[in-house]
Formats: sequence, C-alpha cells, structure tokens
Amino acid sequence: MKAFYAGMRGWLLQRATALYLLGFVICFSLRGLLTPPASFEAWRAWMLSPGPRLATLLFFVAVALHAWIGLRDIALDYVKPFALRLAVLAAVAGGLAATLGWAALTLSS
Amino acid sequence: MSRDPASGMAAGSRPRRPVFLQPLQIELPVTATVSFGHRVSGLLLALALPFLAWVLALSLRDPAGYGRVLAGLHSLPARLVLVLLAWALAHHCAAGVRHLLFDAGIGTTLPVARGSAWAVHAFALAVAALVAGGLW
Repeated sequence: MKAFYAGMRGWLLQRATALYLLGFVICFSLRGLLTPPASFEAWRAWMLSPGPRLATLLFFVAVALHAWIGLRDIALDYVKPFALRLAVLAAVAGGLAATLGWAALTLSS
Repeated sequence: MSRDPASGMAAGSRPRRPVFLQPLQIELPVTATVSFGHRVSGLLLALALPFLAWVLALSLRDPAGYGRVLAGLHSLPARLVLVLLAWALAHHCAAGVRHLLFDAGIGTTLPVARGSAWAVHAFALAVAALVAGGLW
C-alpha cells in the first residue's frame, strides 16, 4: 500500500498546490492591474496587512512544494549519473528552502 | 555496466530496436510542443523564484529599496525578462489547467487535445504580447 501511495502523494500535492497557485496568480495579477500601489507606504501597508501577508506566505510554501516536484521530475529524467543527480537535487532543495525562508522572514518582519 | 550508446539501455537487457533521436528532424505534434513548453516554462519560473523573494524583500524594506525595484524593473534587460516570464507564467498556467481538465476526464479525445494545445500556445503568446505592449 505504501508503495502505491508513494507516487500518488507527489502527484496529488502537485495538483493541490497548482490550484492554490492559480487562484493566487489570478487574484494578485488582477489586484496589481486594477489598483497598482501608489507609493512605498501604500504598497507596504497593503502587502503587510493580514490577508495579503498570509496569502503570500502560503504562496511561497505552495510554490516551493510545486517547484520541488517539477524540478525533481526534470532532474530524474535528464540527469543520469548518480552523484550529479544527487548534487542537482540537493541544490534544488537548498535553493527552494532558502527562497522560502527568505520570503517567510520578509513577511514576518 | 556497458550501455548501448544510442538507446542508453544496458547492453543485452532489451532486444535491439531502431532508435531515431534527431530532435530537429522529428516532426513533433503540437501536443508534444505544449508538453515540452510546460517543462521549459516551469523551469524558467522556478529560476525566477529567488529573484521574486529578493524583489519582495527589497520593495518592502524602505522607500529607497522600493524605488530601486521600480527603476530596476523598468530597465531594458528587466523588461525583456518580464516579457519572457509573462510568457512562461501564461503558458504554464494554461497548460496546467489543460492537464487538470485531462485529470477530470475532460478534453481527452485527440481533436480536442490538439485544439486545446494550439489554444495554450496562442494564449501564452497573446499574454506575452500584451505585457510587452504595456511595458513599451
């Protein structure tokens, strides 16, 4: 059973995060197009208000998971030598984790 | 382990089959170019993520940082990158929605799948053209 769900989990996570990312991209694009921030103060006040702040934090969590699954699939398809594959996967995981951490620090300050 | 250079298979593990891997001579159907575009756009968007975190941090830090982001995004190289990323985002979203519909069993016949594949390419190019128009 566990082996059956092993591939299913990534597949499901990729789609669940895709739905959130799609909604986020549509909402934030519309907001940015319809009422672009007029100044630094307006931008900061809006971005750090609870709704956008939480939504953006969730976006970075979702996009890190989504990108991990996608980049992992690409690496497994094209990078065959074991050591190089391990290095690429480690770099991808490290880069995504660092990006997520940076965004979380920005949004929690 | 010795490998067959053409197929990459371990020698002797499979019967030898004819292999024709000449990407420039193979006529890919539009569904295949959408599939490849989904990968390429996803990779581009993933590469842009650290820059997104950087832009977010800089724009929220102080008025000077906010000004630097605005000025930086209006530079010529940044505008070219933004158009490319707009294409990637539009293509990735449209092809992703197409995939989700396939998962739900919608549009899986070949004529419909070909049509939606053309629609994905057209939508992505249209969004890129609109963003380019807005930036210039």
